[in-house]
Amino acid sequence: MGNSQTTAAQEARIARSMRNDRIATGVLTAIVALVMAIVVSMVLYILAQGVGQLFQPGFLTEASRSNGTEGGIAYQLFDSFYLLILTLIISLPISLGGAVFLVEYAPEGPITKIASTAIETLSSLPSIVVGMFGFLMFSVNFGWGYSLISGAIALTMFNIPILTRVIQQALEDVPSSQRDACLAMGLTRWETTLHVLIPAAMPAIVTGVVLSAGRVFGEAAALLFTSGMSSPARLNFLSLNFASPTCAWNIFRPGESLAVHIYKIYGEGSPEAQHIVWGTAALLMICVLLFNVLSRIAGKALARRMTAE
Amino acid sequence: MAKQMPKRNLEKVGLSVTGACVALVTLVVVALIFMVAQRGISTFIKDGVNIAEFFFGTEWNLAVTNEATGLPYTGALPLIVTSFAVTILSTVIALPIAIGAAIYTVEIQPKFGQKVFQPLVELLTGIPSVVFGLIGFHVIVGAMRAIFNVDLGLGILPGSIVLACMILPTITTLSIDALRAVPQSYREGSLALGYTRWQTIWHVVLKSATPSLMTAVILGMTRAFGETLAVRMVIGGVEVMPTGLLESASTITTTLTTSMAVYATGSVQNDVLWSLGLILMGMSLIFIMIIHIIGAKGAKQRG
Repeated sequence: MGNSQTTAAQEARIARSMRNDRIATGVLTAIVALVMAIVVSMVLYILAQGVGQLFQPGFLTEASRSNGTEGGIAYQLFDSFYLLILTLIISLPISLGGAVFLVEYAPEGPITKIASTAIETLSSLPSIVVGMFGFLMFSVNFGWGYSLISGAIALTMFNIPILTRVIQQALEDVPSSQRDACLAMGLTRWETTLHVLIPAAMPAIVTGVVLSAGRVFGEAAALLFTSGMSSPARLNFLSLNFASPTCAWNIFRPGESLAVHIYKIYGEGSPEAQHIVWGTAALLMICVLLFNVLSRIAGKALARRMTAE
Repeated sequence: MAKQMPKRNLEKVGLSVTGACVALVTLVVVALIFMVAQRGISTFIKDGVNIAEFFFGTEWNLAVTNEATGLPYTGALPLIVTSFAVTILSTVIALPIAIGAAIYTVEIQPKFGQKVFQPLVELLTGIPSVVFGLIGFHVIVGAMRAIFNVDLGLGILPGSIVLACMILPTITTLSIDALRAVPQSYREGSLALGYTRWQTIWHVVLKSATPSLMTAVILGMTRAFGETLAVRMVIGGVEVMPTGLLESASTITTTLTTSMAVYATGSVQNDVLWSLGLILMGMSLIFIMIIHIIGAKGAKQRG
């Protein structure tokens, strides 16, 4: 009697466990479906709202008028890419050097600990704090005002932790046998790094750099007080007078990125302004998606070429 | 033979070039921390703002001078409370979804998770915060108006929903890594004892991944606490003590966005804003410290 009772209780317990297992699986599946629905519908919503505007004549080729609520976004688009390139020119060598030092020269020890903590701190700082610092340091103290170079340096501070980590990871993933072989042949660490390790890590580095470019491209909070919120009404791309405020290549002129442009005019009620906002958002999304795809393709293509040789 | 640098010098060049990069970054970070701290503290020393008044005062209005003290109204408690409210609420919304999605990706459909779900979630990381804000402003705020029958629909709740979407990829990706790091033998042991898959996940996998999962959550909270523009676009930007989830409010970051460019460097108002920046910096340092403590504890537990 007692025996069959325990069996019944056991069976009930097993049945309950099995039921819970099925419920849990169902709930988890629903969660994943929900997340995927959110992502897909977000991307589609932005594209549906804005892609039409991209084909409006003049949207991509004209300057903005009436404080951005009319006209096109040509200069914002140019400024975004120009800021990105300036940022990469500054941040890439520093991150590369820093990562090489941390991985190859001082893998353990107090210096590495301090530097890693500093980089970690930088990565966790809110971008608005970085923007405030950039504003005070470069725009006010250095007297650069609202300028592309202030913005690019603020973005650099935001970008360095990301890049350093990516490059560090890429260098660490190079098999240590390659390192040992070079050193055994009498190469210095520096030659080993330049001629063997960095080329070997290149695919991962390129992937990381392009991915980080997408992040930089959409950043706005750090730019509000550094590169400013106004684009010049007219830019001259042929001018080589780098001190002129209308020279497109002048790094001391104010500039406005696409993301900042969205923030500036999102609250404007006029239908024209709303079209521009959504068009800009769609353009920004497409650029970020392109960076995403490009990073995978470039990394893979580079890896294939290098292993084939 | 062509002139060539001796090997030892070459090594020195490499060491100094890369060392200079590290030194530069470290120097900039130290300068930043020092500068924000110095500016933020000078509010209380130079301008004579009462520290207790700043942290516990409930009235914030930089444009109006308080007759009693001759200083602007600088009670930052409403901003601090709102910042913590959106951070905690968004974490509460995002956490179950993120962990659930991570479990599905690692334990239930690893192939689908790795090939389809993870790239999709990583796409969410790349979407700029202004675009999140824009969608929040049009879709979520509109939904709030329709569902709760309120006039504006701006406030802490839409802010938290937008933030939850933004920190979701951070927490999910890190949780996936955390669950993947659990040794396969733990699962096999549990299944061999007759546990169901869910019992294995709940009692074995999640338990042994807890420290890493906590790190994931705190990194998500760090991002939520410091996020600026997306929140600014849906929270309303009114600096008063929040009385409900659908009343216009303002966080520390959103107040900085709107006021920073208004007041000249060196004025009392500007210094007070730097004090807000100091709070933000202090919080992110505290979050880092918590992560390190969790990491050290986890390492000790594993022996």
